[in-house]
Amino acid sequence: MSWLSNVVRPKLREWVGAGSRSVPDNLWEKCPACEQMIFHRELESRLRVCPHCDHHLRLGVDARLGMIFDDAAFETVALPKAPVDPLKFRDVRKYPDRLKEAQTRTGRSEALIIANGQIGALPAVAVALNFDFMGGSMGVAVGESFLAAARLAIEKDATFIVFCASGGARMQEGILSLMQMARTTIAVQLVREAGLPYLAILTDPTTGGVSASFAMLGDVTIAEPGAVIGFAGARVIEQTIRESLPAGFQKAEYLLEHGMVDLIVHRSAMREALVRLNTLLRRPRLEPIFASANEPDGEELPEVPDDGLRGERGSEAPPALHAHPQPVGEDRVVE
Amino acid sequence: MRTFLDFEKPIADLEGKIAELRHLSSTGEINIAEEISRLQVKLDASLKQVYGKLSAWQKVQVARHFDRPHSRDYLTGLIDDFVALAGDKAFAEDPAMIGGIGRFRGRTVIVIGQEKGADTEDRIRHNFGMARPEGYRKAQRLMRLADRFALPVITLVDTPGAYPGVDAEARGQAEAIARSIDICLGLGVPIVSVVIGEGGSGGAIALAAADRVMMLEHAVYSVISPEGCASILWRDGEQAKTAAQAMKMTAEDLKELGIIDRIVAEPLGGAHRAPELAVAAVGDALAEALDELAGRDADSLRQERRMKFLRMGAQQGA
Repeated sequence: MSWLSNVVRPKLREWVGAGSRSVPDNLWEKCPACEQMIFHRELESRLRVCPHCDHHLRLGVDARLGMIFDDAAFETVALPKAPVDPLKFRDVRKYPDRLKEAQTRTGRSEALIIANGQIGALPAVAVALNFDFMGGSMGVAVGESFLAAARLAIEKDATFIVFCASGGARMQEGILSLMQMARTTIAVQLVREAGLPYLAILTDPTTGGVSASFAMLGDVTIAEPGAVIGFAGARVIEQTIRESLPAGFQKAEYLLEHGMVDLIVHRSAMREALVRLNTLLRRPRLEPIFASANEPDGEELPEVPDDGLRGERGSEAPPALHAHPQPVGEDRVVE
Repeated sequence: MRTFLDFEKPIADLEGKIAELRHLSSTGEINIAEEISRLQVKLDASLKQVYGKLSAWQKVQVARHFDRPHSRDYLTGLIDDFVALAGDKAFAEDPAMIGGIGRFRGRTVIVIGQEKGADTEDRIRHNFGMARPEGYRKAQRLMRLADRFALPVITLVDTPGAYPGVDAEARGQAEAIARSIDICLGLGVPIVSVVIGEGGSGGAIALAAADRVMMLEHAVYSVISPEGCASILWRDGEQAKTAAQAMKMTAEDLKELGIIDRIVAEPLGGAHRAPELAVAAVGDALAEALDELAGRDADSLRQERRMKFLRMGAQQGA
């Protein structure tokens, strides 16, 4: 077993399989990229990465959070109260009706969840935007929850991690949704001032007001392979310039090439990347500056679990993390 | 030649008649002066009536009016010894974002604004006020300069939105906007924003995460254009009028929601009928805001600016 292939531990497999995503009536799912049929159980066990073409399908928030915390253990934090339908908005339907429908369908109150746990034996608070809930759109409640999560990270002296999956601002909240761009930016500033790392993971899709605020302010910005990331929607751009868009436009790889994300990490290696970053960024602050390697002053330091980041077997050093995702199994094809 | 909006029909008729009479009066007819002043009274009443109760969509039209004063007019009218500064010092100069250092009523200030341009050719050159990432990065650079020399920042918001183009995306439009908001909120000097025309979405708030945000009476400020909102939520771009109403994008709405601090009254019939009066009114409002913020230390400015945005939304009551 390589250091990467054991990332999906049995416990997590079980957990992901039995997650909130109910077993579809149709036991097979078609990969939107290569159009091959995938048995649902295999798809879930592979964290919804296509076994044929490695396409990263959208992943539910539970599985998202389950895959990054130590032992897949985390505590979900209640969302703060926020005003509902502040503008009394109505398009072809009433906004509260749209909200209720999303709540019923997802079993969640809003488009974001907050989790608290450990990553690499160091405290971490993570939020995941829920694309299934009104396209992961950001309104007052999402902004308020994002702020609450940032404050919790500060209180717990924890790394702040965000999984973005959002079409942008929630239009039904008009200008108040636009203001969330400023409010979430304040949350990022508070974390920054507390000296804590803020890691932003951009998953498919990260666009509009979310991309133009907290998503792009990470100390480290990671993207999932193939994720659509951008400010304006592809259709709007096409209408503006009246020509077709370049191949791969607004994909994670395009952003990497243009210097807009730090690295692309395969979903199966995401936890490893977060453990490593968390460890690298946090430990220097926890360790005395001049601690010598021979006399570790490590009483207070948590033991870093062996996740393959430190040489598992004797002198075998873990490989470096590269900006481009590395092939992680002989059956994996990247690009 | 003045451009009339579709709801200005009675106004257009009266203004036309007056112009005709003025032309005649030069030929020496008597009683014409009297007739002109009679019509002028009627015109003022009509302007007052029409402009006193503009719908949200009508305000959108006024805010986008071809003759409406734009950033450069405010710079010319309000800023002395202006030194325009170009470029983001990384990629390019963006004519959609203008800015520099100058004197405003005795203070040295940094001014940044989106510029829509005057005539058609000029508008194309300024990309209709739609800035690219280099525009936002230029704004950031100017704000940092302000911080370094303890100069207050004035921003003039007038944009349909940040430019949605391939090149803009390639150079990180999202990051450029996010960082601008970040820098606005982190400034240790006062920052005052005025939405003088269109406050379009992320492209607007990138300059308007400010200590004081003001709007001209007929300016609009929203998360998306009413046309965009209509085509997404109603799946019908024709519903822009309805969307404009529903989004609450007028100065009055935003004042009520606690998003903006002040509405600056426009001259009768809109800023485009008397640009110099609109410019002066904005100048007075800016001076008052800067007076209020003068002498505050960096920490308290930052703290209060944050608190102001943190309160937004929450105050609408759960």
